[in-house]
Amino acid sequence: MDLRYTASEHAFAEELRTWLAATLPSLGPLPDNDDWPGRRAYDSAWQRTLYDAGYAGVDWPAEGGGRGASPVEQLIFKEECERAGAPYVGVNFVGLLHAGPTIIAEGSPAQRARYLPSILRGEEVWCQGFSEPDAGSDLASLRTSAVRDGDDYVVNGSKIWTSFAVVADFCELLVRTGAEGNRGISWLIMPMDSPGIEIRPLRTIEGSTEFAQLFLNDVRIPAANRVGEENDGWRVTMVTLSFERGTAFVGDLLEATRLLGALHAIGTRLGLLDDAGLARRIGHLVAAFDALWALTKRNVSEAARTGVPGIGGSVFKLSFSEHAQALGDLAMEVLDRAALSADPLKGDGVPVGNAEQVHNWYKSINLTIAAGTSQVQRNIVAERILGLPRAR
Amino acid sequence: MDFRVGEEQRELAESIRAMVAGRLPLERIREHEGAEQTVTAQQWAALGETGVFSVTLPEPAGVGLGLADAAVVFEELGRALVPGPLVGTFLAASAGLVPGAADGSAMVGLCPTPGDGMPWLVEHLASLDAGLVIPAPAESTDPILVTSLRTAPGATRITTPLDPLTPLWQLSELPEGAAQHDPGGRLWRDGAILTAALQVGHAAETLDMAVAYAKERQQFGKPIGSFQAVKHMCADMLVRAEVARSAVHAAACLVDEPDVLAAEAVTAGRTIDERMLRAAAGAKVLADEAALANARTAIQVHGGMGYTWEVPLHLHLKRSRVLATTCGTPAVLSSLLADLLPAA
Repeated sequence: MDLRYTASEHAFAEELRTWLAATLPSLGPLPDNDDWPGRRAYDSAWQRTLYDAGYAGVDWPAEGGGRGASPVEQLIFKEECERAGAPYVGVNFVGLLHAGPTIIAEGSPAQRARYLPSILRGEEVWCQGFSEPDAGSDLASLRTSAVRDGDDYVVNGSKIWTSFAVVADFCELLVRTGAEGNRGISWLIMPMDSPGIEIRPLRTIEGSTEFAQLFLNDVRIPAANRVGEENDGWRVTMVTLSFERGTAFVGDLLEATRLLGALHAIGTRLGLLDDAGLARRIGHLVAAFDALWALTKRNVSEAARTGVPGIGGSVFKLSFSEHAQALGDLAMEVLDRAALSADPLKGDGVPVGNAEQVHNWYKSINLTIAAGTSQVQRNIVAERILGLPRAR
Repeated sequence: MDFRVGEEQRELAESIRAMVAGRLPLERIREHEGAEQTVTAQQWAALGETGVFSVTLPEPAGVGLGLADAAVVFEELGRALVPGPLVGTFLAASAGLVPGAADGSAMVGLCPTPGDGMPWLVEHLASLDAGLVIPAPAESTDPILVTSLRTAPGATRITTPLDPLTPLWQLSELPEGAAQHDPGGRLWRDGAILTAALQVGHAAETLDMAVAYAKERQQFGKPIGSFQAVKHMCADMLVRAEVARSAVHAAACLVDEPDVLAAEAVTAGRTIDERMLRAAAGAKVLADEAALANARTAIQVHGGMGYTWEVPLHLHLKRSRVLATTCGTPAVLSSLLADLLPAA
């Protein structure tokens, strides 16, 4: 066990810190959450800035045009960016963290040359068409069909929970090309300007348009846009997941720790910290977030030596999502009636700090659902790590 | 950075496991249930000889390793339900307070200060060469070493201690002791981390017992581990144990790596002592919680058998309860932690 960074890791952090300090002050204000063109412009400009400085695709291998940084450097990159308040990856999430790595691993040379550089430069935005209204946790039961017609596939069906759909240029699309189950699925690149795509925004419980549902009616996608072999799309998808190096939630964890500090300040101002019960709940979350930071370092260390973060990935997600919800619920209690407003409030002329806590409360509710519900995660932990029988 | 349990640490754990299996197997430990002394001088000497109490003492007197290595050792001792004042003896040895503590020829216990109006309750009193009173981390008093515990007037043995392997005495007053110099609150810090390591061992062992039982026990024609209700309980046990273990290892590493601690203190905008306290207290809180919750869950997975004396789950539950009361309770420590957040 060793938490010490090497000299080159220290140098990487130092150089990055200097660059962030010089670069961030010139950034414009964040666009409104529902201003999608504004968000695309903002996020793409940041990605271009990273690209020009050599920080685009820090976690991508060099042969894909990335920096090929080690897992520890990836951790440092995420930590320093978060602590400095750098922009989030935003609309480039799917391209940089999902579609890009998939094309690096499984795409043809032509596909790599066509799609990867524009992702790294922030020029093209991707969205994800995996889940369907009737295929959520049971993704392998997806039914969107792709029927071969000459050099094209003709695609019909519906996709849901598609973030960034309204501003995306491409969609990584899972379709059924063969038998039922996970052996009849293919992975396609769908240009979002193809005729036959209808995008219907979905309103979240927060009232935002974070997701959309896609309706696909006779959408023609060239067969050349298939990544991997026909009916091999499930394996292609799993390969993508293996790119995870244990750093997926670094930003969320550090943000949660920051919000906990802000909540403590609110409680102190309101004189609520004399309540031992409240102080203990805050203290317990301090312990939990610190422990999850330590677990992150263990997972990253594991990935650095073995290529995968090991059992810690599912463990992290289960624990973090529940503690983040505990933080959200605690914030709502501390804010009391100030939590009834998602607009920023002032009391005695001082900002209350309610808006970001209310926003986080909403976000936290989705953490035990998105990217594998906690129930599915527990099945995975029980069956794959603890070796309990698969029958249910 | 390589924050994994290293090869040498795994070998160290393996050697402790082998030593315990030879000298203190569970059936031999259980022969002492309810006794006035639950660990023999020979067994204690065997622990000392293996280096359990001198892990962090420099060679040749000690093993010359770090607190992270000691945490690995203590996790094994917790797993195996090894009785006796393990943490107190380790602390006395590492601070050089009591001759013979390092090699296991002396036993030193911890004497947690009772709440107002409550009696002193001292564990293993009949075996103790000395007792240590360690102030809570926020207090500025010195630790006190009491050497005349065995002859303390008015000490009454508790006939039904919660943990049958942790004999207990009631005292209206503690005999006079000598104040000890303890720069930086090292005794509390190391004591909390190693107590937490014991708790992680308990949490890990009860997890293994629950999983083994869930695979083997058949009801409705299948192993109960195939039911999601049981699976999910086991998954939550693993999560608690792994998260707590990460916290314990991180706290121990901060003790071993002062340069990392100093950098972390700067990041948090806190003093080095505050940053260390946050790590050690957090580890203790989570490890107490993991040990207690996992023992309870393992009992639930075992059904009626879990409620019997025969199945040793109750011993883990009771020991975890004992450990939760030493070196800071989760309630006290989580209150402290609220004020140790990174400066805004």
